[in-house]
Order: sequence, then C-alpha cells, then structure tokens
Amino acid sequence: MRDFSYLRAGNIEAARNAAALPGAMLLAGGTTLIDLAKCGVAEPSTVIDISHIEGLNAIDVTADRAVIGALARMSHVADNPQVKNLFPAVSEALWQAASAQLRNMATIGGNLMQRTRCPYFRDPQNFPACNKRAPGSGCSAIGGVTRGHAVLGTSEACIATYPGDLAIALVAFDAEVDLGERKLKVEDFFLAPGATAEQEHDIRPGEVITAIEIPGSAAARRSTYVKVRDRQSYEFAAASAAVGLELEGDGRTVRDIRVAFGGVATKPWRARAVEEALKGQMLDEETVRKASELAMEGAVDHGANHYKIALAPRVVVRAILKLGETA
Amino acid sequence: MTVHDMKHAASDSARLEAVGGRLSRVDGPAKITGAAKYAVEQRLEGLTHAVLVGATIAAGKVIGIDARAAETAPGVLAVLTPDTIMELKGASDWLGNPPAQPTYAPLVRDVTFSGQHIAAVVAETFEQAVAAAALVKVWYDEMPAIVDLSDGKAGDGIPIDAMTKEWGDAEAAFAEAPVRICAAYNTPREFQAAMEPHGLIARWQGDELTIWEPSQWLDGMARTYAEWFGVPFENVRLVSPYVGGGFGSKALALAHSAVAAAAARMLDRPVKLVLNRPQNFTSYGGRAATRQTVAIGADRDGRIQSIVHRGVNETAVDGMWVEPLGSVTSIMYATQNFSSRQNVVRVNTVVPGAKRAPGENPSAFGIECAIDELAYELGIDPLEMRLINYAEQDPHAKKAWSTRQLREAFAAGAEAFGWAKRSPEPRSMRDGHQLIGWGVAAGTYPVRRAHGEAVVKILADGSVVVESSSIDMGQGTYTILAQTAAETLGVPVERVSVKLGDSHFARAGVTGGSRLAGVMTGAVYKAAGQALDELIGLALSDPRSPFQKLQANTLQVRDGRIASPRGEGPELSIAELMSAVGRDRIEAKGDTLPASTTAEERYKNYTTIAKSIPHTEGDYSRYSWCAHFVEVRVDEDFGTVRVSRVVSALDSGRLYNPKLAESQWKGGIIMGIGQALLEEGIVDRRHGRIVNGNFADYMLPTNADIPDIQTISVGIPDPHSSALGGKGVGELAIVGIAPAIANAVFHATGKRVRDLPITLEKLI
Ligand SMILES: Cc1cc2nc3c(=O)[nH]c(=O)nc-3n(C[C@H](O)[C@H](O)[C@H](O)COP(=O)(O)OP(=O)(O)OC[C@H]3O[C@@H](n4cnc5c(N)ncnc54)[C@H](O)[C@@H]3O)c2cc1C
Ligand code: SF4
Repeated sequence: MRDFSYLRAGNIEAARNAAALPGAMLLAGGTTLIDLAKCGVAEPSTVIDISHIEGLNAIDVTADRAVIGALARMSHVADNPQVKNLFPAVSEALWQAASAQLRNMATIGGNLMQRTRCPYFRDPQNFPACNKRAPGSGCSAIGGVTRGHAVLGTSEACIATYPGDLAIALVAFDAEVDLGERKLKVEDFFLAPGATAEQEHDIRPGEVITAIEIPGSAAARRSTYVKVRDRQSYEFAAASAAVGLELEGDGRTVRDIRVAFGGVATKPWRARAVEEALKGQMLDEETVRKASELAMEGAVDHGANHYKIALAPRVVVRAILKLGETA
Repeated sequence: MTVHDMKHAASDSARLEAVGGRLSRVDGPAKITGAAKYAVEQRLEGLTHAVLVGATIAAGKVIGIDARAAETAPGVLAVLTPDTIMELKGASDWLGNPPAQPTYAPLVRDVTFSGQHIAAVVAETFEQAVAAAALVKVWYDEMPAIVDLSDGKAGDGIPIDAMTKEWGDAEAAFAEAPVRICAAYNTPREFQAAMEPHGLIARWQGDELTIWEPSQWLDGMARTYAEWFGVPFENVRLVSPYVGGGFGSKALALAHSAVAAAAARMLDRPVKLVLNRPQNFTSYGGRAATRQTVAIGADRDGRIQSIVHRGVNETAVDGMWVEPLGSVTSIMYATQNFSSRQNVVRVNTVVPGAKRAPGENPSAFGIECAIDELAYELGIDPLEMRLINYAEQDPHAKKAWSTRQLREAFAAGAEAFGWAKRSPEPRSMRDGHQLIGWGVAAGTYPVRRAHGEAVVKILADGSVVVESSSIDMGQGTYTILAQTAAETLGVPVERVSVKLGDSHFARAGVTGGSRLAGVMTGAVYKAAGQALDELIGLALSDPRSPFQKLQANTLQVRDGRIASPRGEGPELSIAELMSAVGRDRIEAKGDTLPASTTAEERYKNYTTIAKSIPHTEGDYSRYSWCAHFVEVRVDEDFGTVRVSRVVSALDSGRLYNPKLAESQWKGGIIMGIGQALLEEGIVDRRHGRIVNGNFADYMLPTNADIPDIQTISVGIPDPHSSALGGKGVGELAIVGIAPAIANAVFHATGKRVRDLPITLEKLI
C-alpha cells in the first residue's frame, strides 16, 4: 500500500511548517489532489489537511478591492452578491467551471493550483515520458493527441494548457496572490514551461496561499467571462476570454480594457497587445475583430489544436461586443 | 390471446397498475434511498481483492514479467500471470458454436491491444492490490500496431458474405439515374459508458461457484463459467439484482471475469475484481468504428431507383465483430435496385461489442443523411422525400409489415414540431449569432423475439411472487412484470413482488435487442394464468371451499378478492380461500416454448441466442419505427452545436407502461445526442491507445446539453410481434437521432458534416 501521513493543520503556521516537509502536499477540497493520487501522478508522503483552518474562507468585497480567502468555496464566491456586482467576470468564470458538486467542494486556493488536463500527464503508467511529471523524460503529447493543448506560451519541453477558469479573470484584473510573506501578481505567479515544465508556480516550500486580492476598477465592474466548449457544462474551455471594459463619457471610446485568454495557453494569458490596440479606439466590430487577431501573434499549433488559433480571437470579440452592447 | 382481447386490455390502461398503466418504477425508492444493493456491493467473509495489470503496448509479445516485488508487497496473496493462472477450458460462443480452442487464457503473452490483461494481483485489501499491481514489471517485444480503419496497414479487410443484400441491378440503375448522390459517412469508436463499472465477486464452495456480477444475461454467462471450469451448469449461480446500465456491454462473461473466478478457485477465497474507469474502456468493446458509402440514384421527382451501399467496420485482431451496416439501408425505402456489401477490418483493439442498436444505429446514420442530401439536391422537402419513397412492404424480405406506423409518426411528429413552418434554404434561420436548423430522420429496430419462463407463486397471505432469471438494468422489468402478474391474477400491484437477477430462478435468455419485455410479459402472463386457473379450480372443486356448493363453472378475482361473475354466493380474499382449503402456496411455471421442446433445446434457448426467432419469420416483417424532428442552434463564430428541441414520434406497438417507455425513448435520444455531438474514443496513433478513457475526457451529454424532449406514441398493438402486442422500446429511439442532428446542422449552416461527432472545429 502507498502509505502517507495525514496531518490536520489547526492554523496557518502549522500548515506552513508542515508544507516545508519534503513530499508534503496540501489538501483543501481534494478534488484535484485525490484525482491525481488515484492516477499515480501525486504521491505525497505527507498530506496536510488545511480545510479546517478557521478564517481562511472569508470573502470581503468593497468597491476598492476583493479579498477572497484561499479556503472560500468556488460556489460561495460565484454566488456572492458583491462579487457578482463588482467583479462579474470572476463570478461568471467560477459558475462555468467544473460541476455544481465540484464547486461546492473545491476552494479558491486549490482552484488556482489545479494541474493540466493533458491526458499524457495524467497516465504515468502508459506514458512515462512527461517533462512536467518527470523532468527530462520528454513530452508524450508532442506528436500525439493534442486537441486540447496550448497554442500560446508553449516550449519544446511542454505544450500543456492551463485548464482553470478563475485565474483567467484574475490576471485580467491584476489580482494578487497572498502567500503570507510575499504577495505576487497572479500573472507572475504562473510560469510558462520554458525548459522547466515541472515548475508551474512561483511558490516555495513552506508557502501556503492565504488569499487572493483583486483591485476594484471600472473595467472589473463591467466585465464578463465567455467560455466556449464542446458541451454546455462540466467541461474545460476550448477557448475562453475574460474581458473588462471602461468607456469614455461618449459611451463609445475605449478608456480601459482588459483581455485575458483561457484554454489556449500554458498559463493564464493576458493579451496586452489587444488591449493596447483598442485603448482610445471607437468600439466597432471591425476594429475589435482586427485587434483581437493580435492576440494570436506567435501562436504555434500542433495539428489537432489548430482550431484554437481561429477560435480564441472570436471569443474575445464576442465578449467585448457583449460588454459594448450593455452600455 | 386474440386481437380483440388485446384491444380490451389496452383500453383498460387508465388503471395505473394494469398493463399499459403509467406505474412508476417499483425499484425506484430502493435506488433513490441507496437501499438497492448492487452485485459487487455484497460483503462476504474473507473477501480478497484483485487488480489487473494491463498491456502498455498495442501489439507484440510479453517477453518477461517480474512479479517479485509485487509478491512480497504487504497483503499480497498471489500474482497471477499467463504462467501461473490455472488452465481454463474453452467455452462455446453466444451463438452456441463450440470453442475454437480447447483452452482459454484470460491473461495473455501475445498482446493484440493496449490494456489487454497480462497479470493480476490478489491481496487482502483493495489498496494493497492496487499498490502491488503497480510493482509488476513487464517487458515486451513490441510490434507495429494497426491503429484504426484509417491506418495505412489496415487494408480493405475481409468481405462478410452473409451481410450481402442485393436485388435488381443496383450499379447499372445508379449509373443511369438522372439524379445521383454519393457520399461517405463515418462513425467513430464509441463506448457504452455505463455508470456502474464492470466487475464481479466470485466464490467457490467445493465445486459450486457463485458469481455476483452485473449481467444482461445470467443463463448465458453461467454457461460460460461452467464451461471454463468444467463444472455442471447447475453448479454455477449468477446473482445480479440490479444493473447500473449495460447498453449491450454486460451480456457476456469476459476475460476479467475469468481471472476473478480463477483466482477464487486457486486461493479458495472469495475474490472481488472491479474494473477501474480507464479499464472499462479497454476490457470490452464499445461500438466499432464504421465507414459507409451510400450512393442513391433517383428520378427528378425524387423516386429512388437504386441504392448502392458499401460498409466497413473495425474488428479485433483476435476476435470477430460484425456491425450490420446494411440493416436499415435495406428496408427503409422502396427501391427496385439495391446492393449492400460489407467488410470488416482487423485492427489492434479489444473486440468491439454491442452498444444500443448495434448495426441499425450507424446504418441509419448513412442512409438517413444520404436521403437528406438527395432531398436538397432535388429541392424537395426532406420529409416529403421520405414519404415519396415510403416502403409499403419490406423491400428486402418482400413481406408485409406486421405493423408500420411510420407514416403516422412522420405526421404526428411534423405537426407537433411545426415542420410546415420550416424555411427550406440552408442558413436561412437565425437568432442573433445562432444559426438555427431543422432536421428530420427516421429510425427503426427489428422485433427480436425469444422465449422465457417465469414462476408465479400465490402465497397463503394472498400475496404474489414472480421469479425470473431475467434482469432489470433500469428499463423497468421489475415494474412491468408486477403489472402483468397483477392484471392477470386480479390482485393489487402492491401485493406482487418480483424477484429477478438470480440464475437459480426460472430461466430467461439475453436481455438485449429490446426483446425482454415482450418475452417476459408473455411468460409471466402464461404462468400467472396457470396459477389463476389452479386457484379457481381449487375454489370450485375443493370440498373445503365455500364456493364448492355454488356449482358455478368459473369465478373471478378482482382486487385480490374471489367471487362469482354475477356476484351471488360468497366473496373471499385469496388469503381466506387459501386458508379454507389448507394450502400455503400455489405455484406455476410458465414458458412461451412449445410443449414439445426438449430439455436440451430449452437449455440452448436460454444459454445461447441460437434459438432467437427471426423477425421476418412467417408472413410478416416485424419492426419498430420512429421519426425524429430536431432543432439545432449553431454558433456562427464558435461552431458549437446545441440541440434546442426534439420531437420524436415512435411506434413500439402496444406500450406495457408508457411512463417507462417514454423514459427509455428519451434515454435513447439523449445517447443519440451524445453520439452526434460528443462521443469519440480518441486513439494515440503511436501507441494504439485510447487516451480519453475516463468520464472527464470521454464526452457524454450533461443535463445542460439536453433540451425538452417530446415523445409521441403512435404504436398500435401488434399481434404478430408478441403475446401482449408490444414491439421493441429500448433501442429504437437512438436510431436516427444522429442523422437528424447532422441534417439539422446542414440546414443551419450549409455545411454537411459526415464524420461523427460534429465537433466545433468541423464547423468553424
Ligand atoms: C471533472 C472535473 C472537471 C473540472 N472542470 C473544471 C473547469 O471547467 N474549470 C475549472 O476552473 N476547474 C475545473 N476543475 C478543477 C477544479 O476546479 C479543481 O479541482 C478545484 O478547484 C481544486 O480545488 P480543491 O480545493 O479541491 O483543491 P485540492 O485538490 O485540495 O488541491 C489542489 C492542489 O492545490 C494545492 N493547494 C490547495 N490549497 C492550497 C493553498 N491554499 N495554498 C497552496 N496550495 C494549495 C494542493 O496541494 C493541491 O496540489 C474540474 C475538476 C474536475 C475533477
Ligand atoms: S504537454 Fe506537458 S504535461 Fe503533457 S506530456 Fe508533454 S510535458 Fe507532460
């Protein structure tokens, strides 16, 4: 039997201390960790249950900022009236993620830390080669089944897509992740694979996410999350976009815009080129379409995922025009 | 029963518990509350756990297995390999053909597909077995695999002459036809994806074997176990009280079943083996991938002059599966000239198997898309096109239909759907970014018939017990057999308890091909009739019976009470009569076989399908029919297809319980939506391995993908199809849904997608 020790952390200090142990992994809602343990990807020597730590599930939202505790449930955050009101893209990203049952179990911290859905990553027995799991072993996906794989931020080492929805909205609105000693931009917290596919986050042994903070803004208040997928529910994005929009007094000229992509990149992908191309422009379909194409500059496909290059800009267009219409 | 009787019974259907009443599933509360105990949930003393080790290559040889680490791991009782597993005898196949090989090896050295079982670890606990299985090291000599039908090495395959159907001169007539279409239609490898995984518990007591295993065919599987282990059939008891979905996959004892039973014998301990979800995609076959070309020649009025059909399905390197692709092609439309031929191609996969409406389902995808293409080619309404070519008799068997309410189905469906309001041009209906399309397609499924037997017992307290080794996998056997017994005996349905899923009960053949309801209602009707005759006979003739002096020649039972038809004389409950005559039970066994049937024939009838009665036997051709009307919405930018409306009109003959029939039809339609838009086993071409063998990646429809579905019954009792007038329900509705959706997608977008599933990249 694969034995491991189980520790229940009573407070955040205990969690941090335990998390510094080699082979330790945190357990929050368990919907990712238990899955990965079952398929042999996660083999923790110590499981540190943080789900009983008090005070880590608070949701505190003002016009200035939202502070969401790491243990807040996805469903609670999605349903929070203030989040819906001031950060609609955040609520929408959560509602469209996973299933009702999973959202009731899963936490915000765990959600950020979920791992890729690359099928090769999740099947070590049949596909030993995976740089993310076993650095230097190669990548089984390249040359294989790649329909869900990334077209942006890939490397020769790894082309796995970051699968989450929430983080897409977070990078669009410059959210930060609170690690106790350090606070990092969510955008910097996630790492593209480069030559080190195994390093997905800027998180050090002994660090625990305690909260995320999202600065309030006009763009965040007028925001949306559009997710395209094969089926209507309970599926990861084929392509998604979190978009926030602030218009000038004329109701047509773009003052501020935020655009981030999901489902197409190795990490939550902020599309600054699209934003820059649209700032100061009048919001018409033609302009928006042209600008959205910029997001795919440098995109590289691996055959079956080619469609994402055409699809992703269209998702952004839909999101921007939807926000424009609600003027 | 005469036709007159049947009409009478049908009109009686207002009563919930009568045959034809909308009684809710009697097994529902047990399932909802979790009280229903499924086969592998039995808790046995001394139970051990087995976990399989599967091949990680698709073709080649096992050249070495190192089991030492596994053998010494905590809790491990045995590691079975091809070298150490006990020898099993070959078993005859489901048709009753004798075994091709004298021995059977469920663990292999010669690997023909990825995931094939190579070894098994048995341990005291499940966790120990899982951990130890991961320690088994296997070395292979890998060989190139044939991945699928499109593999360059696959070739044209083997012609299956038995599938050839030809009349007239199809090729010549096609060449001369003024209007011609010809196109290729493909369906991918699909899986049954039942919620309940396959698995079993095996226990030996001396030479007696008890198997708890979800099963669509207790008697057939019990025979296989008996043959493998060389014990008498009677020594094997199969128990399958509930089945969490089978869809065709649970009718046979499989390699993993043999491993568990062998391990139990070798260790003399009960063994539990349950396939994990990925193993459920590699341990038994789903629907074979298919390719068809359909060529139709017609005159300018749309009348078909010729159909030329060629089909191919994949099968395994070491097993044969034929998915009859010409089955619907050859009967749906009237034509003077017809040709259908089929090949099978061996690829490195587990042997494909039956999935809901094998044959008819992919067959309908070809012909029902092709006829739609012809309709657009000619500018004729696709519904009109189907009526122009309506087959007034079976074009292949050249026999009259027993009943064919397909014209009525088209009419009722079109009316409810509002088909007349359709705008004919593709891309002519939209709602914002959504292109809207309407499509129609027909479906059919043959009335497969067989025989069954049932025991009906009337107990001292007046309650009734029905026993049969048939099963309920959600389709409602428990419920309709209770209704049949209640109606025949004249007792309230709550007084009837139905016991199924034990091979020691009265026998039944396979639950597949939508035949069970027709077979078993017939058997219960007969057994209950015999029990009733005995009850009334006792009441009239037993000196202790209060009715004896009445000198009546018959009595009536209503609501569990016995009285003379005209009401004079005493009235007794069944319990009172039983006590008066001093009986503690009346028991009758009824079957639908001719009285002259020998014991050997009976055995064959229940344990093979060799004795199934052809649907074209005698003067009639017997089928169920349906017409599906579908609305889709296709996002013009994203290519995503969502089904927004389904209206289906179906002819399943008489319905024994409309509520359950509707639920079966809807289930078929939902599965068809999945087939059209989502389902596909995706193979890594380098390794010949399915990479989406789990429920996160193998896409099945969720509730959000399913619109309101309206079903309309247009059936009439069909006296030629079954004792009580029903045809088939379970498989019918999945036939024709995928082409209806594909046709609607064409209407919405102007793009013809001929490869299932219709995923967004095909439309973007
Ligand atoms: C079938 C399925 C479908 C899904 N679909 C979607 C989808 O469409 N969109 C989507 O966004 N997600 C989806 N998910 C992922 C789901 O949202 C995540 O599993 C969930 O959010 C993880 O949260 P958890 O609390 O259960 O994490 P856990 O499983 O408890 O932990 C996950 C990981 O995060 C680490 N961790 C947890 N908390 C912390 C912390 N505070 N600090 C540092 N590390 C931490 C753990 O050590 C572990 O490695 C799906 C999951 C499944 C199983
Ligand atoms: S894409 Fe990344 S995660 Fe997938 S197999 Fe390659 S290295 Fe592993």
